[in-house]
Amino acid sequence: MQLVLEFLALSFVQDVLKILFILLLFAMPLGTFMTLMERKWSAAVQDRIGPNRANIGSYRGRGLLHIAADALKSIFKEDLIPRGADKFLYTIAPFFSFMSAVAVFAIIPIAGPIGDFKFQVTDVQPGLLFIFAITSLGVYGAVLAGASSNSKFALFGGTRASAQMISYEVFLGLSLMGLFMVYGSTQVSIIVEGQGEHWFGLIPKWGVFTQPLGFVVFFTALIAETKRAPFDAPEGESEIVAGYFVEYSGMRWSSFMLAEYIAIVGVAALITTLFFGGYQVPWLYHWESAPQWLVTLLQFGKFTSFTFILCWFQIQIRWTVPKFRFDQTMALGWKKLLPVALLNTVVTAIIIVALA
Amino acid sequence: MSTSELTTISAEELKPIHLPGAIIPAPPEESDTSIMRIEIGPAHPAMHGIVRLTTYLDGEQIVGMVPEIGYLHRGFEKESENSKWIQVIPYTDRLNYVSPVLNNIGYSMAVEKLFGVEIPRRAQFARVIMGEISRITDHLTCLAACAMEVGGFTFFLWFIKAREYLYELLEQVTGGRVTINWTRFGGNGTDFPDGFLKEVEVRLEKVQEVIEEGDQLVTRNKIFIDRMKNIGVLSKDRAISYGFTGPLLRACGVPYDIRRADPHLVYDELDFEIPIGEVGDSYDRFLVRMEEMRQSISIIEQAIDKIPYGPVMTRERYLGYPDKKEVYGSIEGLIDHFKMVMEGHHPPAGEVYQPIEGGNGELGFYLVSDGSGDPVKCRVRPPCFNYVQAMPELALGHYVADVVAIFGSINMIGGELDR
Repeated sequence: MQLVLEFLALSFVQDVLKILFILLLFAMPLGTFMTLMERKWSAAVQDRIGPNRANIGSYRGRGLLHIAADALKSIFKEDLIPRGADKFLYTIAPFFSFMSAVAVFAIIPIAGPIGDFKFQVTDVQPGLLFIFAITSLGVYGAVLAGASSNSKFALFGGTRASAQMISYEVFLGLSLMGLFMVYGSTQVSIIVEGQGEHWFGLIPKWGVFTQPLGFVVFFTALIAETKRAPFDAPEGESEIVAGYFVEYSGMRWSSFMLAEYIAIVGVAALITTLFFGGYQVPWLYHWESAPQWLVTLLQFGKFTSFTFILCWFQIQIRWTVPKFRFDQTMALGWKKLLPVALLNTVVTAIIIVALA
Repeated sequence: MSTSELTTISAEELKPIHLPGAIIPAPPEESDTSIMRIEIGPAHPAMHGIVRLTTYLDGEQIVGMVPEIGYLHRGFEKESENSKWIQVIPYTDRLNYVSPVLNNIGYSMAVEKLFGVEIPRRAQFARVIMGEISRITDHLTCLAACAMEVGGFTFFLWFIKAREYLYELLEQVTGGRVTINWTRFGGNGTDFPDGFLKEVEVRLEKVQEVIEEGDQLVTRNKIFIDRMKNIGVLSKDRAISYGFTGPLLRACGVPYDIRRADPHLVYDELDFEIPIGEVGDSYDRFLVRMEEMRQSISIIEQAIDKIPYGPVMTRERYLGYPDKKEVYGSIEGLIDHFKMVMEGHHPPAGEVYQPIEGGNGELGFYLVSDGSGDPVKCRVRPPCFNYVQAMPELALGHYVADVVAIFGSINMIGGELDR
């Protein structure tokens, strides 16, 4: 018993456990659930019933079994590598997409710390700069897939993806400048800590209230960064068929899709963390005698529900608006988002100086 | 294969070819790899039906295009020559398969013109009502697909839902959703079932709701307008010289509608307006079709008010089958029936051209008869043949993503284009 506790106290072991918990019990299940959620919710929007046929015997589970059926199907599908493709790059491209989608969760705290123990894989000091680095790596997934597929449509998707993702990286960074100034750090735990305060003991000091413009720009840029509708020109299903992953099949194709859905959860989790107080439950400080386990549970519940709502919101956006053309995506970024982000930075700086 | 091999195009490939409407960029200088050729179609999700657009691109911009048609050629015209006159009607269902009633009506009217007969008034009103329902289904399909190409998938499914309401109406009268085979020479195959006209009114109200709902979702959406406005502009003169008709010509600002210009059936007794566009871009085409559906609904409502009682089939012996009572009860009836079945109709020798306003534009049937039981010539003037020919000019200078927006707005129907 003693040995087990000592073993668990090792920081290395704790990290591994945290990674397993956050990945296997939070990101992956939510991501896979999003595949069904998207189909179900789009069905609701479009006056359809949605998938409900997969069954075990007479049990259908309102379509839940489709998740298993989809996974099973793509595992058993043939893994085609088109003739003339660069085998090595073609093979590793999905990993870049998948990895960058998953790695976002490394710095997201899903509940408040208990003593020294943090519900966060790693609280790196550069904090959000880590996110920027990771999302940049995601570009490689799309670019390598597009360039190595030996298909013109894929090449189109790859070039579009690289241009779009690299551009939106800029606004992603700029839109958070204000946030860094308000909370005085790029470290995630400090930003979340700062959002636990209240104005007049009433309004929580969430990022969305302190940085409304930053929120809009960041959300937009993040959706574009993950190539979700309405910024899915790199996929461009109507004109370049599926864009950079048009030639993929089987589980590799699934990794791209799964990466997209995990990215939805990642976006939602990140925005919850930065702009909706993360795990901070508002007005909880009134209840000082609350037991620690209940507080942690509440925090986890609040974080998860906000993540879920934001996931739903992204899906709702996708099924409501048409898509931007590729040049319009770029124009929106450089001509509209960039000035707004810069303005936000300047105004925030002026206000902070004036208040100080 | 390296990336540069993918994008390199030889000067040989850029030789001008003689296909109508084809635009080929000038051969590049030595070692210039700026032009890339991609094949959009024949198997491509946005090419509804099957057509190939060989597209030359400079970056993302279109510098040339060669439309190639014929992938859905079924030999309709030749097939018709080897059939009895009446046997052609089911073939016409397959021309524009989203508005089959209008094809039926067009062909039957052409043959009736050969015979020189007029069909009963109730049958005329019935054709107007069914034809306009069919026109709405045509426009619903076109607009739905058009919006889907630019990403409005919800709009697509809403309109397809509305189309389903109307298909069920057609089914009540004809027994089929797409392959309906409804009209006959001298009238219609079946009369409306009991309570049908009430049902029509109820369903049209539902369709109207869906149209307004879709209108709110998409028509004033900034992204949608950006994708459609000033995309694929064609001037009045160019549109006329290409032989545009129907919604596309009206979108260019020419108020030409065959229902007005050459009133067939009872269109001259009905009150409706002809919507026209201003600049002739994809957005105008979208709006014109949107408004035409509302006009069609009003036409149907007026026709329902005015429709008289009476027969739906002419009593002329040489056009329709005799009554079953006569067939079994009198020798003349039996002989007439036998001859009709064995030899078919015998329109007088001559030739005739009958245009009607199809869902997509002027749908014309040119028939030649030598007085025998088979057509000598059965030529169809499909509206979208001209549209596809203009495709390169419409797309030139736009981005590759605009191809699908333009192509969606011209509503090419493979069955009618390739026949």
